[in-house]
Amino acid sequence: MPKSLQERLWALAVWALVAFFVVNLLAMIAAVLVNSFGTRWFNTWLPAGFTTQWYAFAWNEFGLPSILWVTVEVVGAVVVLSGLIGVPTAYAMARRSFPGRQAVMFLFLLPLLVPPITYGIPLATVLYQARLAGTIWGVILANLVPSVPFVILIMIPFVEQIDPRVEAAARVFGAGTGRLFVQVLVPLLTPGILAALLLVLVRTIAMFELTFLTAGSDSQTLVVALYYAVFAAGVRPGQSIDAMAVVYMVTTLIWLLIALRFVNPTQIVTRAKQ
Amino acid sequence: MNGEKPRLRWRLREAGLDGVTLLVLPGVLFVLALFIYPFLYGLGLSFHPAKGDWLANYRRFFSDPFLWRTIPTTLLIAAPVTVLNVVLSVPVALRVRRMRRQRLLTTILVIPITLGTVMVAEGLLTYLGPRGWLNRTLILFGIASGPVHLVHNYWGVMLSLLISGFPFTFLLTLSYVTGIDPSLEQAGAMLGARARQRFRHILLPLLAPGLAITLALAFVQAFTVFPSAILVGDPAGATRVISIAAYQAAYEQFDYSLASAIAMLMAGVQVVIIVALLGARSLLFRGPASSGKG
Repeated sequence: MPKSLQERLWALAVWALVAFFVVNLLAMIAAVLVNSFGTRWFNTWLPAGFTTQWYAFAWNEFGLPSILWVTVEVVGAVVVLSGLIGVPTAYAMARRSFPGRQAVMFLFLLPLLVPPITYGIPLATVLYQARLAGTIWGVILANLVPSVPFVILIMIPFVEQIDPRVEAAARVFGAGTGRLFVQVLVPLLTPGILAALLLVLVRTIAMFELTFLTAGSDSQTLVVALYYAVFAAGVRPGQSIDAMAVVYMVTTLIWLLIALRFVNPTQIVTRAKQ
Repeated sequence: MNGEKPRLRWRLREAGLDGVTLLVLPGVLFVLALFIYPFLYGLGLSFHPAKGDWLANYRRFFSDPFLWRTIPTTLLIAAPVTVLNVVLSVPVALRVRRMRRQRLLTTILVIPITLGTVMVAEGLLTYLGPRGWLNRTLILFGIASGPVHLVHNYWGVMLSLLISGFPFTFLLTLSYVTGIDPSLEQAGAMLGARARQRFRHILLPLLAPGLAITLALAFVQAFTVFPSAILVGDPAGATRVISIAAYQAAYEQFDYSLASAIAMLMAGVQVVIIVALLGARSLLFRGPASSGKG
């Protein structure tokens, strides 16, 4: 296809738009990074000097060790539990067509379509009544609400890829459903389970709303602690808040990089397209 | 084997109900207990106000300008940014589709989604502040004479929704665009259609149903903007969005009944918009986006 000048200009404009967006995004991240290492930064392009003192400050002042430990506990529990509930459910959804299957599918789609803040407030109210909100278990339960359906919807296409004759063969040799899972399905589904759980992990680290609405003072995760730090900016030096932001950023991006070895970036917003 | 039992079991299995089907129960019970039940509980609670009759919360919401104005305020933020994000996504996705090394770009764009709104807000505060790099650049090139106020107002929230929203709509649009068979467009080109005509008469009709879904999902996300409206916005004025009103009712006034009513109204507005968009979608072309030969 010969390209006219108009088409070339249009392509150039589109690329300029993309470049403008990416440059500003990277500059925004770099600004946080530079500020967290800066001593004093007034009317100059870069800070007057560089130091690591803000990390020590954030570590002690914001209580980062306990916040990081809570984050590990919450994320770990959410990943394990959503896998244990989600994978068997996805298996049944993929292999059986039963009356009401469409309705059940819709039921699993709902928590992913409704934004967390909308259902978070009634959910937090119920968890407060059950005396679970404010504890780490309340935070875990709230975070499981979008994670379980997410695992189910990602795993269904992975189960559908497995040849049913493999399962039939295992059944013929006398394997029950439990043994079928442990010895046949889980090994075959490992890539899918890994992808689904890594995505749950990345999403749970960054899940602000549900954790914010259900956490007590000793069950905050990193993202909620970062919110409180930014909210109360002015109480502490701005560089220490950015130091904490860098700790959060590094935690999230490491897992993102690991996750991207197994999934396509588009899968983070859409469900697995098979 | 006596008559009835095996036959019933057999009939159930024929309908797709057996031991394996029961495995859906943990998932279904979980969603029922922690999503459907709280929602219904909140709906019921919203009709049991602290004082007044059963509709008192809703009457209060619509008579108190401090409360009802949150709906137009939220729409004024969410609607323009959603449309902008989707309109920008389409040409970029059409261009990126033909790119060989898409992965680097999609990886960069997935970063703001992964970081989340709190982190983006902190980044914007540092980057767009009066002494930040953007203002320095604007002044250096003589575009602005003094620092431009881009945070702690309406524009701060818009920019934060642009940074986390554009990658979302773009990646979603890209997945719809890549589902369209390129040979359909090539056929149009062979018959002499120019790029603009091919877009207008071939790509857009095929893309429209997907765009309706993208628009609905992106709008719902933007409508429930919460941390950035507080951190980079003006939470007492121009960006007092509906989620702030719900949060304050629950966590500052401890009026869970009013908070539930506001949450239900929030869900109501979302449902109205989604039904309208998906209703419009059913009027659009729905057919194969791939060519006839499999």
